[in-house]
Amino acid sequence: MMRIIIIGAGVIGTAIARELSRYEIDIVLLEKTADVANGTSKANSGIIHAGYNADFDTLKGKLNVKSNPVFDKLCADLKVPFKRIGSYVVGFNEQDLKELKKKKENGEKNGLDDLEIIGQKQLISQEPNINKKAKYALYAPGAAIISPYELTIAYANNAVINGVQLLLNTEVNDLISDDGQIKGVKTNQGEIKGDFVINAAGLYSDKIARMAEDNFKIKPRKGEYHLFDKEYGDLVNHILFPMPTKKSKGILVLPTVHGNILIGPNANTIDDKDDLSTTSKGLNKVLNGAKRLIPEIPEKGVITSFSGLRAALSSEDFHIDFSENLVGLINIIGIQSPGLSSAPAISDMVVEMFKNYSLRENYELQLKKDFKEKNSKLPHYYEYEDKGKLDDWQKIVEKHEDYGEIICRCEHVSRGEIIDAINAPVPAQTIDAIKRRTRASSGRCQAGFCGPRILQILADQLNIDPLEVSKKGSGSQILRARSKQLILEKIKEDKRAGDQ
Amino acid sequence: MTKHKMVVVGAGPAGLAAALEASKNGIDDIIILERDKYLGGILPQCIHNGFGLEYFGEELTGPEYADRFMRDIDQAGIEVLTETMVLNINQDKLITALNKTKGVLKIKAETIILAMGCRERTRENIQIPGDRPAGILSAGTAQRYTNIEGFIPGKEVMILGSGDIGLIMARRMKLEGADVKAVLEIMPFSSGLVRNKVQCLDDFDIPLKLQHTITRIEGKKRLKRVEISKVDKDFNPIKGTQKWINCDTLLLSVGLIPENELSKAMNLKLHPATGGVYVNENRETELKGVYACGNVLHVHDLVDWVSEEAEIAGRSAAEYLNKNQEKRDLPIKITPNKNLTYTVPQKIEYKFKDKKFIKIYLRVEKPMENVKIVFSHNEKSMLSYDKKIVMPGEMVTVNLPVALIKKNMEEIKLSIVEKVGEKNGRT
Repeated sequence: MMRIIIIGAGVIGTAIARELSRYEIDIVLLEKTADVANGTSKANSGIIHAGYNADFDTLKGKLNVKSNPVFDKLCADLKVPFKRIGSYVVGFNEQDLKELKKKKENGEKNGLDDLEIIGQKQLISQEPNINKKAKYALYAPGAAIISPYELTIAYANNAVINGVQLLLNTEVNDLISDDGQIKGVKTNQGEIKGDFVINAAGLYSDKIARMAEDNFKIKPRKGEYHLFDKEYGDLVNHILFPMPTKKSKGILVLPTVHGNILIGPNANTIDDKDDLSTTSKGLNKVLNGAKRLIPEIPEKGVITSFSGLRAALSSEDFHIDFSENLVGLINIIGIQSPGLSSAPAISDMVVEMFKNYSLRENYELQLKKDFKEKNSKLPHYYEYEDKGKLDDWQKIVEKHEDYGEIICRCEHVSRGEIIDAINAPVPAQTIDAIKRRTRASSGRCQAGFCGPRILQILADQLNIDPLEVSKKGSGSQILRARSKQLILEKIKEDKRAGDQ
Repeated sequence: MTKHKMVVVGAGPAGLAAALEASKNGIDDIIILERDKYLGGILPQCIHNGFGLEYFGEELTGPEYADRFMRDIDQAGIEVLTETMVLNINQDKLITALNKTKGVLKIKAETIILAMGCRERTRENIQIPGDRPAGILSAGTAQRYTNIEGFIPGKEVMILGSGDIGLIMARRMKLEGADVKAVLEIMPFSSGLVRNKVQCLDDFDIPLKLQHTITRIEGKKRLKRVEISKVDKDFNPIKGTQKWINCDTLLLSVGLIPENELSKAMNLKLHPATGGVYVNENRETELKGVYACGNVLHVHDLVDWVSEEAEIAGRSAAEYLNKNQEKRDLPIKITPNKNLTYTVPQKIEYKFKDKKFIKIYLRVEKPMENVKIVFSHNEKSMLSYDKKIVMPGEMVTVNLPVALIKKNMEEIKLSIVEKVGEKNGRT
């Protein structure tokens, strides 16, 4: 059987893995970190854009518009939190109004027929906390919010259920080729043979491409964010954009699918692809930017601040094409915003490209008969609580008592949910991985209470020493020693020094 | 649904003392709901001494202090449900909780004692920029790892904040063989108890750097180093004073926040200075029959005061159940005035009966020496107490004799003034 190697388990890599797993082929998905969704896919605005922004003659414009309507069914199948709440681009003066009209026209060219420009009165009635100087807004009912890492994890789970082999902590160091034809990859875990390679390595997709002498240069663009306590969840009801600039859609204010408020991002081009640090300058800029839309931003309500990197090419468009130098390699590069919004269309496009390739190679692709379209729904207490269905939760506890023990007090996450995450098709093996799947430790106390408890559950379930449990993979262990270990070592050392 | 005369939320020192006191006052249908496996709240992980000097007149460790109450709870036959998380309380005193054996519990209470304690402020609350590596944790979480779980979170330790837990953990980590590099405090004075500063830092040669804070965190996987800066009087970092210090662990002791999510669910308003609900002298909240005490009401620095306050709540709840209370015609507001951040209680609502004093807990804004604490009504001084030293890290308690409270009073103001005039012999 033909084997496909996909490099990178972000939203693009996992989406492609899932869509290809519909066919009778052998698929290996490689991820260099300890979890899927660990790069750009975990730290972005979490928006499915309506599609009025990018020009239709760009690839990203086409793919965004194509993808947007797909999400309702996709998220229902994969059990991903998703809400089509609509967005406003907010204008303050006549010049802005002109720009909004241009955006609307562009959107209509892209095929959107539900865009609307509204006035101050209507805007305030929809968003009572908006800056009272705001005069106009472009309303796009099709814009939606999603949890970007949960979408990625769900794609990955579905891919694994459908036979994809996911290898975590596996970093590609080189490509193997023979006479211009790809033959596999060299990784830190050894060589993996393959007939077709898909480079979906996000920020590092240029590095992988260069292994095939395809020359690209990703310029990471950092965006910083603040996340607010759920207490302020009703501050805004829609996604609020300021007037965009050429490089960025500006600093937005939006609710998240879990009921928090998110503000950000700023946009700074940097060199270091691992630099996820926040800066006081950047965070202030985000706060001040958000205040232009919502003057009463509750500064004290910040529960976490983080940054994410967009994998931008200087063309500012996506690049999705076969390698110029190696047969059997597709490069997917420059997937910045609206990359998340375009993921379904990108995966469809790549599947089509692969189909054409296999036709040329005289390889007949067969659809799997037993492909599982849907993920099973794991129970989350907070969902039952929100819907007032505690009687149903009672039945779940009666089936297994672990669902009756709350481990995360802020987000109300039970032991059972954490164990489910550890034992899922894509296993959660770190504290951060648990957070992304269950929300445990993502609340206002930021693991103060549940940290030690989650650590113990991970150690028990994975059957490892608590000293090995990490925040985000090797090198980020939480604990350093057993009690008395340091002092005993010191005594021994002193004794040795004394003996000499 | 089950019904109880009294439900106590939380089995820390406040919950235990309140339940015991209610039991002593004849209430026989009490249930305590506790989310942890064991009773005592934070006390079991506080293995240092210094507890009980005020309440028991002897020095105990945290576990010993808790043990005394646990035995009494046991003897009094008070029902306790551990590993039971209260998830919601509504205004009709209907409690929703969850545990392993019974699942979703619905409990209708006649009285509720809120004793949920507090949580620690986080890195995010004070917004230190930089990387987000492993190795940054609150001092209390580090204390739990060290004293309960048996693990040391780090070898080279920096501590931000000179709150009591930070000071205690500085010594604890040092005793475990870690290199404790310094304790930083943004204020010009330590925010913990004086005795903790002496016994935990001075005695172990751990430097306390006042007017310093952390301005950047570095380390992709595990913490590598922190940048510290001196701050000016408005707490802004002073340019040019930055210094990098290598460490693998940063413990945060930057304040405690009363854990009032359940109070908010009941629509109780929070006091901006205490972070707790508003209460009268009985520690009764704005909802009749609902009481709050301990660190959920305001953060105490000594557990002894928590026990004492919880007894007021427990006793008052018993009086409420026994219908043995009578309201004053007019409530009296207690208002913190000059140099004070807050008082507890915020008002007096009931007739005194056999009470001789109303005890007022208060906190000062800044350290002061040779001061007078003055009670006044209509700008006229009613009574004053002399104090040699007051500081924000140490709660002050003063008694207001009920004999001084007149029927028509509507507001009593409290302030702290320096005895400057007296020192100069001008009065």
